[in-house]
Amino acid sequence: MQFGIFAVSDITQDPTTGYTPSEAERIDASVKIAVKAEEVGLDVFAMGEHHNAPFFSSSPVTLLAHIAALTHRIILSTSTTLITTNDPVRIAEEYAMAQHLAKGRLDITLGRGNTVPVYPWFGKDIRQGLPLALENYNLLHRLWSEDVVDWEGTFRTPLQGFTSTPRPLDDVAPFVWHGSIRTPEIAEQAAYYGNGFFANNLFAPNGHFKPLVDFYRKRFAHYGHGTEEQAIVGLGGQAFIAHRSQDAFDAYRPYFNSAPVYDHSISLEQWAEASPLSVGSPQQIIDKTLEFRDVFGDYQRQLWLMDHAGLPLGMVLDQLELLGSEVVPVLRKEMAARRSPGAADAPTHESLVRAKYGDAEPRQPRPNANRGDNVTGTSPYQDSDPERPANYPVLL
Amino acid sequence: MSTTTQNLTDTPDEPRRIVIVNAGTSDPSSSRMLADRIAQKTIDQLRAQGIPASVRLIDLGPLAGEIAHAIVSGFPQGALLDAVHQLAAADGVIVATPVYKAGMSGLLKSFVDVLDNDLLIAKPLVLSATAGTARHALVIDDQLRSLFAFMRSLTTPTSVFAAPEDWADPALLGRIERAANELSAMIATGISAAITGKVWDKYQHSFGSNARPDGAAAEFNFDTDLMRLATGGSSVAAHS
Repeated sequence: MQFGIFAVSDITQDPTTGYTPSEAERIDASVKIAVKAEEVGLDVFAMGEHHNAPFFSSSPVTLLAHIAALTHRIILSTSTTLITTNDPVRIAEEYAMAQHLAKGRLDITLGRGNTVPVYPWFGKDIRQGLPLALENYNLLHRLWSEDVVDWEGTFRTPLQGFTSTPRPLDDVAPFVWHGSIRTPEIAEQAAYYGNGFFANNLFAPNGHFKPLVDFYRKRFAHYGHGTEEQAIVGLGGQAFIAHRSQDAFDAYRPYFNSAPVYDHSISLEQWAEASPLSVGSPQQIIDKTLEFRDVFGDYQRQLWLMDHAGLPLGMVLDQLELLGSEVVPVLRKEMAARRSPGAADAPTHESLVRAKYGDAEPRQPRPNANRGDNVTGTSPYQDSDPERPANYPVLL
Repeated sequence: MSTTTQNLTDTPDEPRRIVIVNAGTSDPSSSRMLADRIAQKTIDQLRAQGIPASVRLIDLGPLAGEIAHAIVSGFPQGALLDAVHQLAAADGVIVATPVYKAGMSGLLKSFVDVLDNDLLIAKPLVLSATAGTARHALVIDDQLRSLFAFMRSLTTPTSVFAAPEDWADPALLGRIERAANELSAMIATGISAAITGKVWDKYQHSFGSNARPDGAAAEFNFDTDLMRLATGGSSVAAHS
């Protein structure tokens, strides 16, 4: 099972000091946080995508590529990549590129995004958000699994004989998680392709996302990818940790009080009781996270929101220390002890390569010589199947 | 978890469940009194046809805090969620509200605001209201009828309004009996199940709605353009 952190890149005034970090400071801080996450033994660092202030992360893939160069072990992911307003062709190209640079330590979580004006800013219509997400992923899947793609859809200009370069590392696409909090069509798509399903597990009552996760598990099995318990489930969550429970509540309270994402008609204590928000001692965080497993079944990835709401960098790094030294090691042990033997392992590039090739050498696509036009012939790659030629438009 | 699928023909001996939603907050509440009388007449008429029935009461006053939290958080919880489940399982509903400031009680509107859009589809429902003056008599038809039309409820043709002078007028009892007759007829004929049994999929539903809490994958409608698109289908074909 993988443990890590995810963030949304908000730049928020620290309510205890009145200090608002600059974009430059926050971007640097995010890099430090990612490096620290690896240092303290976490498995995943994920960053979201936003195209509106006060968020800085318009290009998570750029940030992740940089972090990849500074780290050696941690898996880099997104929370989320907007599958609606981004061109799926650009997603295919950019994340394959970053996957190469990260030597496979990169996967991707797809989401729709909920900021209404972002859609028109990118020439899209939020009322078409769901069909956009579904169609765009269908194309992304093909771009990563087929060398040469002919494609026609509703939302994007058609493709004839298009090759997304570079081909994914070892010709194995980055693992895809589909993030959703309420949409069965997204869970269905994740199940159909045998991809992962991620529920952010935030800002809602305990267990609120269980019906959707159960639906995904059932459909994963329906499509023959394995049993329901072999489905690949990721959960979010949020943690604020101190050695003494009351210290955690006292330190977190001013940040909670000024965070706009909570319903402030109930108290921090009520939120911590009734929702997946974990505040307290390491043991309390451990107990609460083990309850996630009781509710959702064995799952593959747990990410916590730790860096948000104006928490200063020093405090976030201290939180990561506690998470990495006192919470996650116990959770690894306890989760493993409770784990059903039938539950799937968390997917990694290595496991996907093994699943595709066994002990054989992975495919390394090598292009044919440049013919000057790059669009004639069956495929740009020497080892492509000549039985599957690309189809080009008829010239009249 | 309460059962919510209405299938009256399959369970002829189950007592029919009538649920009162009372937005009156005084004790005694005249809205409650009006709803009780409609409920009692409905039960009498059902029993006269050999159909057992029971009444449950949802008083909104004690739920006021939960309703306010649910408006802000988006998630009904606790006793409010129990009330939602009771409504989902109801065979007939009687709504009673006092008139405040020339309108329905805000508590009632807030309660309806946090219900799933499909919770009351084809549910037989009597609208009733009390007011300090007969000049508010149109509140039911102006406000409640349109609200429950949005909810796709089967409101009875007769609604019951009571101003102070009506409590001394035998005509009020006549209207109560007429509304109760209409409600009991709808319940007895099983029209709700006849409608939802055939075309439930044709209404808009959100995943995890309390209208059919157990219906996640089993009853789910996969025969849609979006589901075809989710499973690799082409939106070009789906839209042509």
